[in-house]
Amino acid sequence: MTAFDEERLARLIRALPPAPEAWVRAAQELPLARAGLDEIVARAEADAEFRARLLADLEAALEAEGYERDPAVVELLKVRFKSK
Amino acid sequence: MAQTLSDRELVARCRSGDQQAWAELVDRFSRYVYAISVQAFRLPDSDAEDVFQEVFARAYEHLDKLRDDAAVRPWLAQLTRRLCIDRLRATSRERPTADEELELAGSEETLTMLEDALTVHEALAAAPEHCREILDRFFARDESYRTIGEALDLPSGTIASRISRCLGRLRELLEGRTRPDTPSGSR
Repeated sequence: MTAFDEERLARLIRALPPAPEAWVRAAQELPLARAGLDEIVARAEADAEFRARLLADLEAALEAEGYERDPAVVELLKVRFKSK
Repeated sequence: MAQTLSDRELVARCRSGDQQAWAELVDRFSRYVYAISVQAFRLPDSDAEDVFQEVFARAYEHLDKLRDDAAVRPWLAQLTRRLCIDRLRATSRERPTADEELELAGSEETLTMLEDALTVHEALAAAPEHCREILDRFFARDESYRTIGEALDLPSGTIASRISRCLGRLRELLEGRTRPDTPSGSR
């Protein structure tokens, strides 16, 4: 960046309002979701039918199996399955 | 909260499993990721939320693939841009859009401006707390003098002059920045 006049500084501070708190909190809780995630991944690796259902509709498959619907776990699972 | 760790140090701590460091990393870059999706790519909130969560989920899962820990900022920016384009591509299936158009969707001018904004917020995080608080509340959170006065226990009449002084202080901080591996981000 070049000039630091006060008007420009004000504009640039204004350009980054906070993200919604709930979004930030959910992302911060990703490490806590990790434990639940490992169990689901292990099961998907051992059970082809479960894995197929997860790939077809992740959230519905988790719900059908009685897993708590944790958005952080869902996001991590999406990433895991996409990278395999 | 003032930033004390550089991006490099923060990423190293995240990689070692430090949950507090992860929370700090999310905090540091949350505004930037959010702004890219809603300002540069103009995603609606529901799509922006999906992108936001996916950016941090991917970052969390793939932090070990980052070659240079100090480069977390451009890495996250690139990841966010890519996911925004994917999202636009998915929503434009009914109304086919050329790939070049999607690439151009994130206005380069806005992305550059957001880069600069992150640099300013980084300097703000290193500013004295009273300045950080008042500038963030007034400009980024769009709070009125009255709200700020009540929250910080200040007479409304002093707020304008304090904002002006703090902008001057921030300007000095930015002009004095030379270290290449400083923390980047905002809160």
